[in-house]
Amino acid sequence: MAKVQGAIVINIERCKGCEVCVGVCPESVIAMSKAVNGKGYHYAEPINENCTGCTNCAVVCPDGVITVYRVKI
Amino acid sequence: MTREEIIKEENLVYKKTALFTDKALSYCPGCGHGTVHRLILETIEEMGIQASTIGVAPVGCAVLAYEFMDIDMMQAAHGRAPALATAVKRLNPDQYVFTYQGDGDLAAIGTAETIHACNRGENFTIIFINNGIYGMTGGQMAPTTLPNMKASTCPYGRDTAMMGNPLKMTELVAQLPGTYYVTRQSVHTAGAVRKCKKAIRKAFENQKLDKGVSFVEVVSNCNSGWKMTPVQSNKWMEENMFPYYPLGDIKVPQV
Ligand SMILES: Cc1ncc(C[n+]2csc(CCOP(=O)(O)OP(=O)(O)O)c2C)c(N)n1
Ligand code: SF4
Ligand code: SF4
Ligand code: SF4
Ligand SMILES: [Mg+2]
Repeated sequence: MAKVQGAIVINIERCKGCEVCVGVCPESVIAMSKAVNGKGYHYAEPINENCTGCTNCAVVCPDGVITVYRVKI
Repeated sequence: MTREEIIKEENLVYKKTALFTDKALSYCPGCGHGTVHRLILETIEEMGIQASTIGVAPVGCAVLAYEFMDIDMMQAAHGRAPALATAVKRLNPDQYVFTYQGDGDLAAIGTAETIHACNRGENFTIIFINNGIYGMTGGQMAPTTLPNMKASTCPYGRDTAMMGNPLKMTELVAQLPGTYYVTRQSVHTAGAVRKCKKAIRKAFENQKLDKGVSFVEVVSNCNSGWKMTPVQSNKWMEENMFPYYPLGDIKVPQV
């Protein structure tokens, strides 16, 4: 059982769809949307509840659009 | 716990530093420039030196760095950032001063300024983004372009017999007595970003000691110039750039 639980919030309109965050997530939380944002990019979005709040995705995002939250449970 | 219960201010562990302005970064998707900007700003925020830092932006894709960094900045003519930073630091010795330069800026047109500032042992920080190409102007060959690497001005790949070998500026300046700390980093994985942040922090902290230039090269991608997706470019960088430009400290202060 995980001792921590996390959640990410992605600023969809500022995401450039580079996909760099997808591969660095150890929990496979992130996938690219089918929809596009105002700039025409497929944006990153969390697709499950497995986030541990490790911040990997947020620190590699070149545009700094990911905010990370974490709680001990 | 539900998502809503987790997403609360008291559970926040990471958000973009407030030292960025509200402008969207002008860089291509996945470009390492944005990540390095963030590490510099996080360092400045954590050291509490927002009001006592002066940055010098280059010519190159980062020419607009002053639009994104909410600190005092100047923008130098192509390659002249170390000359401008020399004046800025000598006139304001109590300020933290850094240059931010690409490989075309620092290792081609600005070679003289770079080498002489390093040789004089100016007390500022140089952040050097090496993507092996002139990104801004359309992917021309740079002094740092790898052997056989294609660029718009060497479409069949860099022929070293005709075009010379890639210039390892970082190893070169490490030879000079005026450099105090010289390191090579990258920002393509979470671990690399965390290491790079530590190096940038050290390079800023060193200015308190007045011992000379602290020089941080970041081997970075130019997925547009390299004509790859961002994820492909990071892989290509690992396989091709790192063997020629190995990561790690090159010169560390002797204690
Ligand atoms: C005096 C002068 N010469 C040439 C140029 C054209 N120019 C603009 S950016 C650039 C190269 C930038 O390459 P680099 O420093 O590697 O930055 P990058 O865009 O790759 O980050 C050149 C040659 C210029 N602006 N000024
Ligand atoms: S914080 Fe870590 S676990 Fe959560 S989405 Fe980002 S990389 Fe994945
Ligand atoms: S790394 Fe950032 S900009 Fe790139 S896809 Fe992920 S959230 Fe979007
Ligand atoms: S051209 Fe290259 S260096 Fe410039 S923003 Fe695009 S990817 Fe980055
Ligand atoms: Mg370049």
